[in-house]
Amino acid sequence: MTAPASPTTVRGETLLDVDHVVKHFPITQGVVFKKKTGAVKAVDGVSFQLRRGETLGIVGESGCGKSTLARLLMRLEKPTAGRATLAGRDLFAASGGELRRIRRNMQMVMQDPYTSLNPRMTVGDIIGEPFEIHPEATPKGSRQRRVQELLDVVGLNPEHINRYPHQFSGGQRQRIGIARALALRPEVIVCDEPVSALDVSIQAQVINLLEELQDELGLSYIFIAHDLSVVRHISDRIAVMYLGRIVEIGTEDEIYDRATHPYTQALLSAAPVPDPDAREHRSIIRLRGDVPSPADPPSGCHFRTRCWKAQDICATQDPQAVPRAADPHPSACHFAEVRPGR
Amino acid sequence: MSQHAVRPTPASPTPPDGHLLEVRDLHIEFRTGEGVAKVINGVSYHLDPGETLAVLGESGSGKSVTAQAIMGILDTPPAHISSGEIRYAGRDLLGLPEEQRRQIRGKEIAMIFQDALSALNPVFPVGWQIGETLRQRLGMSRTDARRRSVELMDLVQIPAAARRLGDYPHQFSGGMRQRVMIAMALAMEPKVLIADEPTTALDVTVQAQIMDLLADLRRDLDTAMILITHDLGVVADVADRIAVMYAGRIVEHADVRSLYRAPAHPYTKGLLNSIPRLDQRGGKLSTIRGLPPNLMRIPSGCPFHPRCPYAQQVCVDVVPHDLVLGDGRTSACHFAQEVRDDRAG
Repeated sequence: MTAPASPTTVRGETLLDVDHVVKHFPITQGVVFKKKTGAVKAVDGVSFQLRRGETLGIVGESGCGKSTLARLLMRLEKPTAGRATLAGRDLFAASGGELRRIRRNMQMVMQDPYTSLNPRMTVGDIIGEPFEIHPEATPKGSRQRRVQELLDVVGLNPEHINRYPHQFSGGQRQRIGIARALALRPEVIVCDEPVSALDVSIQAQVINLLEELQDELGLSYIFIAHDLSVVRHISDRIAVMYLGRIVEIGTEDEIYDRATHPYTQALLSAAPVPDPDAREHRSIIRLRGDVPSPADPPSGCHFRTRCWKAQDICATQDPQAVPRAADPHPSACHFAEVRPGR
Repeated sequence: MSQHAVRPTPASPTPPDGHLLEVRDLHIEFRTGEGVAKVINGVSYHLDPGETLAVLGESGSGKSVTAQAIMGILDTPPAHISSGEIRYAGRDLLGLPEEQRRQIRGKEIAMIFQDALSALNPVFPVGWQIGETLRQRLGMSRTDARRRSVELMDLVQIPAAARRLGDYPHQFSGGMRQRVMIAMALAMEPKVLIADEPTTALDVTVQAQIMDLLADLRRDLDTAMILITHDLGVVADVADRIAVMYAGRIVEHADVRSLYRAPAHPYTKGLLNSIPRLDQRGGKLSTIRGLPPNLMRIPSGCPFHPRCPYAQQVCVDVVPHDLVLGDGRTSACHFAQEVRDDRAG
């Protein structure tokens, strides 16, 4: 049952099913007698499916809950409510051996390659550490060989197995992080801003590596990033998050060419385009103000306080992410329509 | 923006034949225990009133160090300016005594930084911090400084400025903090504003707001701006001219349109090709092979040659000089013309 990455099921079927997941962090007052006075609604009812071999991009601005969502999926946080299954196993109810088996199947690549590697461990120990926790994954005698194989897979020199993280550059360190995530042959890798800390010329190398690995190993990615161009490049489907909710989800074309949610449209219009000739005919949607506090999100539609389309109904009725008349992909807006002239 | 109270800028101090700000053949080394790192190796650029020059480069290219040298806030040691000139309004700043540089810093040339949270003092209210400059440098009374601070906060579009004067930096959002820092930089109405990665820590929608604000200010106050960034998208949006830095040199210098249309240095070309585009879907990204050089061991000849697809023997042996390509365009590449005309690569 712990079959490593062998596609026992057909490509394209649902691997990860997330259903109305909620994470509220309590706000407490008082030192001795802690009293709950409110909650930061970091993730507020998120549902999506990840299919085998697919990349789901998750975009949104800081504080929208995308990293909390990743931590929930990795079981680094306990959800307040909701269900999730990975290859049919209940993700949130699992404990003990069952949880270990699930974790083997889902690994994570962190944002900061400088702080996510232990500076006192050699690269070999870092990449080999998962085998200490999951000894059944690779027999003891062949671990060194497997680590060298992993170094080779991510484009590092297998002879550097005894070096320390500080002897590598940022891009190389991110490759080490990827090798560590691959060690247990997982089916799903959650990448939380994997290239944000890297220089432009190094970013492309790491993105290409992630894509090659996906093709070779049939991996599924959850790719969290704030850079819309990077997300478009790598993703098959994209979910746009705002204040703890998915406001729009669809294929790469549906989101980038036929977005119907005003927030998605504003986000896309604000992304700088590396073409000075586009300066004149770009129409940027200027959003008013800042993102409201997730401790006290607006009633109804969370985006209404910054939305130019907002009407009374937006304050009273919470729009659901459902297919809309304008375009059949789910969009959580009462007034969903494709932005003309894009 | 015209409704905001800003005193009209006096006539620019540019000498008739010179530039407002000019960096000439600047060389800076960092002398550390491990050796000497040649961080800036002959950088020259200039800035005229009202224009925006983008200085683009990756980490370690020397873009921020040059700016710090202009401001006179470089830590010396370990930094050591070995040669070069920084001329502002006809005077060489590097030759001035510290007292006179202080007069220029903030008043003539001001700077905004990437990380507003660490650039602001956490234990003083923002109104006090904006007003401090006015009280210290212009000798304004507390009441006047307070009134002017509100004006400045209005100018950078902080809502309810008068009420927020007493708030501390942590009570502001990232975008608002960046506005506070811009207000502080504008307090003395500088002629030159150096913006070091002003939007890198911000979300895209907030980034668009801040870049708009900077563009408005430049238009209304005729401030010249040096925009230091690694983001090719931001550059395309706001800059007039662009200087691309690599290993402490300017490898290419051009007006923005020509550079994006036909880059004339292989490094610029590599950068432009390696960014994923919002208006294009997947496929393999082209990459620049290898890594930026260690500044203690810069490769011989052209510092980019180990990573360059155009490299020949001459690139290993001879340091390329700036090749002038017309229209004030230069490229420090032996094959600049070929690179520019090679549309395929």
